[in-house]
Amino acid sequence: MFEGLGEKLGDVFSRLTRKGALREGDVDEALREVRVALLEADVALPVVKDFLASVREKAVGEAVIRSVTPGQMVIKIVNDALVELLGGVNLGLNLNAAPPAVIMMVGLQGSGKTTSAAKIARRLKERDKKRVMMASLDTQRPAAQEQLRILGEQTGVETLPVIAGQAATDIARRALASARVQGYDVLILDTAGRLAVDEEMMNEAANIHLLSNPVETLLVADAMTGQDAVNVARAFRDRVNVTGIVLTRVDGDARGGAALSMRAVAEVPVKLIGTGEKLEALEDFHPDRIASRILGMGDVVGLVEKAAEQVDREEAEKLARKMKKGEFDLDDMAEQLEKLSKMGGLAAMIDMLPGARGLQQKMKGVNLDDKMIARQIAIIRSMTKSERRNVKLLNGSRKRRIAQGAGMDVPDVNRLVKQFMEMSKMMKRAGKLGQSGLMRSMPGMMLGNMPPGGGRMPPGFGPR
Amino acid sequence: MSDEAPKGWLARLGAGLKKSSAAITGGLTRIFTHKKVDAATIDELEELLITADLGPATAAKLADAIRARRFEGEADANIVAEALAGEITKILAPLARPLDFDGAVKPHVVLVVGVNGSGKTTTIGKLAAELKSRGKSVMVAAGDTFRAAAIEQLHVWAERAGAAFFSGESKDAAAIAFDALAAARAANVDVLLVDTAGRLHNKADLMAELEKIERVLKKADAAAPHATLLVLDATTGQNAHAQAQTFRDITHVTGLVVTKLDGSAKGGVVVALADRLGLPIHAIGVGEGIGDLRPFSAEDFARSLVGLPAR
Repeated sequence: MFEGLGEKLGDVFSRLTRKGALREGDVDEALREVRVALLEADVALPVVKDFLASVREKAVGEAVIRSVTPGQMVIKIVNDALVELLGGVNLGLNLNAAPPAVIMMVGLQGSGKTTSAAKIARRLKERDKKRVMMASLDTQRPAAQEQLRILGEQTGVETLPVIAGQAATDIARRALASARVQGYDVLILDTAGRLAVDEEMMNEAANIHLLSNPVETLLVADAMTGQDAVNVARAFRDRVNVTGIVLTRVDGDARGGAALSMRAVAEVPVKLIGTGEKLEALEDFHPDRIASRILGMGDVVGLVEKAAEQVDREEAEKLARKMKKGEFDLDDMAEQLEKLSKMGGLAAMIDMLPGARGLQQKMKGVNLDDKMIARQIAIIRSMTKSERRNVKLLNGSRKRRIAQGAGMDVPDVNRLVKQFMEMSKMMKRAGKLGQSGLMRSMPGMMLGNMPPGGGRMPPGFGPR
Repeated sequence: MSDEAPKGWLARLGAGLKKSSAAITGGLTRIFTHKKVDAATIDELEELLITADLGPATAAKLADAIRARRFEGEADANIVAEALAGEITKILAPLARPLDFDGAVKPHVVLVVGVNGSGKTTTIGKLAAELKSRGKSVMVAAGDTFRAAAIEQLHVWAERAGAAFFSGESKDAAAIAFDALAAARAANVDVLLVDTAGRLHNKADLMAELEKIERVLKKADAAAPHATLLVLDATTGQNAHAQAQTFRDITHVTGLVVTKLDGSAKGGVVVALADRLGLPIHAIGVGEGIGDLRPFSAEDFARSLVGLPAR
């Protein structure tokens, strides 16, 4: 079902991109499906609702409807809104405090606080050359303090010696004094896992926060968290003034919608992500990447940008004039194909397309690859100038010559001719739509007609 | 599970679930006391189920079932809540089965699996205590050789529960499971609970390791493990489906234990899971105490979810 999710969105978006003009109804229909996709990705319902309202407002605006590719504009709006929701820029950890700068780790049981504490400590020590001490205030879970001690040994980070039976707040005081006296730059306080509804334990966390005055209070949350993420984020924000989120188990296959929910509710950025069981598996958080991951849509923005780069307006207009006059010829087709390979070839393009997984699998089936494009270009280049201008010249002997010249067989040439005919038929049809219609369908011919998730390949890219 | 459940456990479950169902209940009363039941009411109801982690598909299915019952015009929240609880109970009831310990098999081997941080070790500790209180002799085996201090953690639980404890020098969890079974036989215990390291279900190598544990146990006893419990964190959202599916496919999971139901998480994914996979639900975890493992009751769970008192 989760593989299907990205594909489903891909389908929604490809239907959008295939449409020349968009009506409000088209956008609404697409957004309904985005809603289901977000919910299945565990984004909390209130967050989903706000999100869709803001996307809808932008997506039905004049600018989109009049744009060259309204469908892609809508996808871009969804993607951008996701990135915005996740926080645009990652500022990293803030350690601007009189040493020791205190980092307090909080979160539910089993969210990954202790492992994350060790990972952060290791990174600060190795990468930022900080003197780091860790202290476990987890007096609840058996052997939790022992766990942090062992992780400290593994990472070469000092841990506060354990005194059995000491209360969490007392350990915090001792850790602060010890780190201060010994001149540590950073003190990481690992706390016990606690439920947001556990008053007693939340009070304890608030007390620890008060007495240790952390410069960073990191809420550690499992990427697999469901709708409860909003409750957790709200409770911890209210009680310990969370400054950032650490999202763990991002290496799982959860879509990580919790990141959106928590960021929206706690109004603090996701700063770090845990990407594996090893202690070096800690990365800075990139909102754009996780936004794509949530939607399973690949790097749509990248695709849109690349397409925009390659199809600059002037060129588009030149081609449009040609099309209008029915002058689209094989030279133009070769140019389009070359553009496609400039964009990194089919494989790179498909990687960036929504719902690409299914398509890639189907592509394997039809044995279509970038060599195809190169071969088609080769066929066109083996033609004479007049042949390229007038495809009707191609008789049996010319085709044989061309096939030989390109190192291929006559059926290959026939296929290309057929694809060209289809493409030029579409060009003519598009030409009748007038200038604005042309502007819309022209780039669509290169991108929008490639159906993510399978289906018919666009003219020019058929299976051999 | 236990024949005589500790007194007041329902109240405690209710309390835990009440926090979780506060949104739903609040929603219900808000919806149903302010206007007559109409199409929009059911839409809102569907949304409330979504916020309880039932997932859009299951929420829609339940909402449709309620729609079909034609409550339009009714003004009493309880009628709709009762109906909804009834629908949820219908889904869950066939799966509420206590963990069955066949007295004839000795030792009865139980493998405990799950993703990281779901509560495997804590569940084993509680389960061991529960079995001891029923007069069974229990051994726990420290099969989590990966996480720092996991062995020590289980050791503490074994002591609390009064269970025998087995750990090995090897880093190979399969070898430890194999040796533990031999030790359990030699000690003539009734039940052997085998802890495993947490692993994400999409890590093929780690899942293969789990498969190996199972295979190696079968070498010593063709029927072992007699049960494989998947421990699922109630905080988990829709990814629980992928988890349960993969663990079931690879390690022949025989039932679920749902943990952390004393929090604000709704645990509604259990309903969706039951609907889709049909795995028995053996027990729920409602706290960090040794007595905080409860049998799973479909009706109580369903009623608590929609804010109705246990019957």
